This record gives sequence, C-alpha cells and structure tokens, in this order.
Amino acid sequence: MSSTENTLINEFPGQIQEVPGGGIVLSKIDDLVNWARSNSLWPLTFATSCCGIEYMQVAGPKYDFSRFGFEVARATPRQADVIIIAGTIVNKMAPVLKRLYDQMADPKYVIAMGACAISGGPFFYNTYSVVKGADHIIPVDVYIPGCPPRPEALIHALITLQDKIKMGMTREQMKQGL
Amino acid sequence: MSNEDIKTIISELLPNASFEEGGEWLNIGIEAADWKDAAQKLRNCETFPFNFLFCLTCVDWKTHFTMVYHLRSTTTLDNIVVKVKLDREKPEILTVSDIWRGAELFEREVYDLFGVIFLEHPDLRRLLLTDDWVGYPLRKDYEDPINMIKL
Amino acid sequence: MVEEIGKTAEGDLIINVGPQHPATHGVLHLVITLNGETIKKVEPHLGYIHRSIEKMCESLTYRQFIYTTSRMDYLSAHINNHACALTVEKGLGVEIPARAQVIRVLMDELTRIASHELWWGAMAMDLGAFTPFFYAFRERETINDIMEETCGARLTMNYMVPGGVMIDLHPNFQTRVKNFLKLYKQKIHEYDEVVTGNIIFQNRMKGVGYLSKEAAISYGVTGPAARGSGVSCDVRKLYPYEIYNQLDFQEVLETEGDSFARYMVRLREMNESIKIIEQLIDNIPEGDFQAKTKAVLKLPKGEFYQRVETARGELGVYIVSEGGTTPYRIKFRSPGFSNLSCLDHITRGGKIGDLIASMGTLDLVIPDIDR
Repeated sequence: MSSTENTLINEFPGQIQEVPGGGIVLSKIDDLVNWARSNSLWPLTFATSCCGIEYMQVAGPKYDFSRFGFEVARATPRQADVIIIAGTIVNKMAPVLKRLYDQMADPKYVIAMGACAISGGPFFYNTYSVVKGADHIIPVDVYIPGCPPRPEALIHALITLQDKIKMGMTREQMKQGL
Repeated sequence: MSNEDIKTIISELLPNASFEEGGEWLNIGIEAADWKDAAQKLRNCETFPFNFLFCLTCVDWKTHFTMVYHLRSTTTLDNIVVKVKLDREKPEILTVSDIWRGAELFEREVYDLFGVIFLEHPDLRRLLLTDDWVGYPLRKDYEDPINMIKL
Repeated sequence: MVEEIGKTAEGDLIINVGPQHPATHGVLHLVITLNGETIKKVEPHLGYIHRSIEKMCESLTYRQFIYTTSRMDYLSAHINNHACALTVEKGLGVEIPARAQVIRVLMDELTRIASHELWWGAMAMDLGAFTPFFYAFRERETINDIMEETCGARLTMNYMVPGGVMIDLHPNFQTRVKNFLKLYKQKIHEYDEVVTGNIIFQNRMKGVGYLSKEAAISYGVTGPAARGSGVSCDVRKLYPYEIYNQLDFQEVLETEGDSFARYMVRLREMNESIKIIEQLIDNIPEGDFQAKTKAVLKLPKGEFYQRVETARGELGVYIVSEGGTTPYRIKFRSPGFSNLSCLDHITRGGKIGDLIASMGTLDLVIPDIDR
C-alpha cells in the first residue's frame, strides 16, 4: 500500500457483491467508520496571527476546502473534530489552547500550520514569551512548513490527515489500540 | 512654524526647560517634578495647543531611564518631543492620562515592560505579560538564560 | 468561550468574549460587565500574541529587522516594511531613485485595497452575512497573484529594503494591474447593492458607537476611525512622504462619527486608491530600483522617527541608535493600540450586537496591538 498509488484508500473500503434484488457489502466496521470520519471533519476556527489569513483564503472561493468535507467551521470546540493551530502560541495563550483541546470531544485531530506552530518560527531567538512549538502543549498529527504556507500546502495537509485516518495511524487511533 | 520660533515661545511658557540640539524636531528636557504642570501648559497653550499625544515610550540608558513623549498640534501641525529623566532605582512619575486619555494604555505598557510607576494612574496593572511574571523584560539588565542569547 | 461567570452585588453579569472567537480579529479578550443586555463596562485584556518583537529587534541588524514588521500588521505588510525602510534611510541620509519611489507607492496602494477588502468581508460576516466574504476574497485573490509574481510571496513579502525595493517589477505587472482595475470597476457596484444599501446593515450601524471629534483626538485615534468623526489626520496629506505630494487624491472625511460613517470612509478610500494607481501605472519612470548602500548598515548616533499611513491609521517607527549595527531601542507606535483604547468609551450603554458592529468598524488587528 504505497502512498503514491492509493488505490485502496481512494475507493470505498469493502467489496460490493451484486445479487438479484440489490447488493451485499463486505467490509470491516473499523474501515467503514474511518472512511466516514475522514470525509467529514469539521475544523475549529482558531487563528492567532498571519497564518489565519491563509486559512481564511482556503475557506474562500478560489481554494475551497468544503469540497473535501470541511464545510462547517465551528466556533465552539464541543462541536469540532480537528483544530488547525494557525499562528504563534505565546506563554499567555498556552493554557487557553490546552483548555480548548480538552473541551473537544473524541476523536480529535491536530494540525500545526506554519513555522511558528511547528517550532517557534521566526520568533525563535531572543524572545521571552513565545512557546517554541505547539507540540510542547498538545500532541500534533500533521505539520505544515511555511511562513505562511500556501493554500495548496494546507489542502495537501488536510488530505494527508484524511489518509492517516483511513489507515488508522493518527495518535488518537493508536492510543485506543485500533 | 520652524523649530526656532517654537523654542522662543516654549522658553517663555516653561522657564525651567532645557533644549537639545540636533534631531528633526525640537527636543525639550523637563524635570520629573515639573512634568505635570508643563504638560498642562503645553496642552492649553494659546498659539499651538498640543492636543495629540502620539507616542509615549521609555528608553533604558544603563544609568537612568528617559521617558519620551511625542506631541503634535492638530491645528498648526507642529511636532515636539519632550524628555523626562528618571532615576533608575526608583522610577516614578505623575501620570498624564487625565490630560490625554490615550496615555492610559501607553503607561500601562511602560509599567509592564520597564517597571516605571505612574502615580495617580486610575488602573496600573500588567497589560501584555501574564500577571505572575517576575521582572521587567525590556530593561537592559533582564536575565533570561533559557531564551536570550547574548551576542 | 464563556469562562468565569460572576455576578456583582447589583445583579450585573461579567462575561468573557474571546480569546478564541469566531469574529476572526485575532486573539482579543474582552471582559464585559452587563446589566441585562446593556453594556456597562468593556475591559480589553491583551498579550495573547505578545511576541516580544521590540526586544528581538535589538539583536537584529538594520537589514534584518524589517521582516518582523510584516508579521505585526499582516494585512498591510508592504506599508509596515515601507515605514521601517524610510526610517533607516532617514538615518543614513540616502536618496531613493524615482523608479523605486513609484513602485513603493503602487505596492502600498494595492495593499491598502486588499486590506479594506478583507475588512469588508470579515465585518459583514460578523454581522451575520456570508456572501460578502466570498465577494471580497475573489478580488483579494487577484491582488495576491499580482504580488506573488513580483515579490514572491502572497502575504508576508519582504520587498522593501533600505535604499529601494529588492527586485525589479515583473514584465507582466502593468497588464495585470490594468486587468485588475477593469475587474474592480465592474464589481464595485455589487458591494453597494449587497451591504451598503441593505436596510438591516444600515439599522445595525447607524447611530451605533458614536465617537466625537474631541474624544478621537484625546484618545489618539488615527486612520479611518478618526476620519469618520471629522478629524483630518491622513499622513499622506499632512506630512507627505515619497511622491504623495505630487498625486491628486482626496482625503475622505465624514462628520457623523458613528459606525456607518467609518464604514463609508473605508469604501471611499478604496476608490481613492484606485485613482492613485491609475495616475501612476502608465508613468513608471525608468532607472534603478535600488540606491547603492553599503552591505553592513550603521546608523549614526541619534533618534529617528518616521510615520506612514497604513490601512488602519498612523504607524510610527522610532529608532534610538548608538552608532552600532543594531538599534539600541525600537518602538513601533501601532495604530491599533490607540484605536482600541477608545472601545470602552464608544460602547457604553449599547447592546452586545452594537459592540460587535463597533469593533468591526474600528478594524483591529491584534498582533499589531500586542507586537
């Protein structure tokens, strides 16, 4: 199962047998559940600084992410699946981010967008108040480099997250032993 | 109005002021004890009321602090710079937030980052850093061995 | 996110708005005291994006610190870089070639239009409408493509350097900008039809968030927020820099002082920027795009202040130099900081919906305030 071919991942997970009167579907429940979850991820509107504008451009008309299922960006963490950390995290904001992550319901996924969320970015040296990477606070599934990353890069990351969910390799799924 | 004309009018208004040469605008030096009166006089001046305070900041010269106020008059479009020297051990100065309302947030920021106490300020608290932060980061002798690299 | 809900003795309710809120202004935390639904006090808590830029710039050289300012107010990134480059050039005393000046002004005005587009889309989304968001981003994408072809980046382009601009214009620049002007003129009437003439938006914005002229001057408000109250404060007209004194454009003033006046000021400013671009796009002079400067810049001992007009107001860069290769102290006088200080004054006595409308028309960008 190579990532370039993706024949298994892009199709419906299971076999469909035609019988007179309809069809029978043979599959594993885990595969079906993962396929359904990955195609309807709702992001949380969380943007602290400049990467937030590229995030809004992805939601705009030219690069549209609702064609991948990210239609509704929810403002409350209780109704969101994925949190896209777009922007720098500073010491004062870190407890807020942890609290938002705790309020999200399982299963939840995290994407770190931009250089600041990966490692502190351009604010790494000689700053007294920047957390050098969002993964000091919450566990991250996908990292997107760039300052700010192009909208195509963010869409590539969203598709990578979808692939990870279908393969069962996100931190959430590994923790639960799936 | 040129810097020379402003200088003659201001030296009548504020007899204790000293003037620095050089620089694009007129630099006036005032003692910390006279600052509140001088600010009131500058605000109510007849020829050019300096009613717009557009920058309030502090500079740490390792032996003392200097408060820098940039003022502008909306009627005559003149700019001046007022500097007040403060003692490094006990930096205190009277607030001007009742003369120019915008100074309230500026003074809170200077208190947060430098530790200058503004007497009679309505609400002097930390603004940008967390409430339990120890130290004043923009001072030149701020030590932070984890984050700061000395070049 | 409603965190602590407490009641005071008179039955007031204290609730939090933010720091994570869907009105996409950034991370602003407001603690509001309510009596029923009427606001009694609004207190902003800042610092959730305080990245200590001023301390960091004390260890960066004069060519290096310019990139941090494009991340401060990222919607007018070119104009912020322009202010820093002008301050350093003032210290060095270097003369900029005419071609570089014209390119800088063109980029500034395109950035101003892009910033006002995003403001319009985001503000209409705050008030409940979703369609203007898509209309605004359609035009903004065209400007981003123009910027990407010449400067190499869409949002944080470090194009202005002390001495001029970093690289010459792309050969397609003129045709692309002319196509954009044609497209813009076709689409601008849609903005008026959808939002300005809409009875719901007018009722939500007229008479809301009144800021008087004396209060605006006392709080230090600049930019379109002050021009909506009749204060004449456009730096391009009062203290002109580059070639603004040779251009023909109006300073847009309204006297009403409420949110609708601030809204109309910004819409008309977009048209004024179009006029400036039309005057310049066919007359770009030939020549150098960068003046010759040394590789390592050292400013002489002294203090330098330069102000420019960003999309939000007056940005000032104050450099104190001791003669070395890095500045001794830098202070950025950001327009959002002073604009925010008048928020308590203009929203007292209103409802929560009025607070959202006033905040939308003040056009705050929080990393600009926290630095």
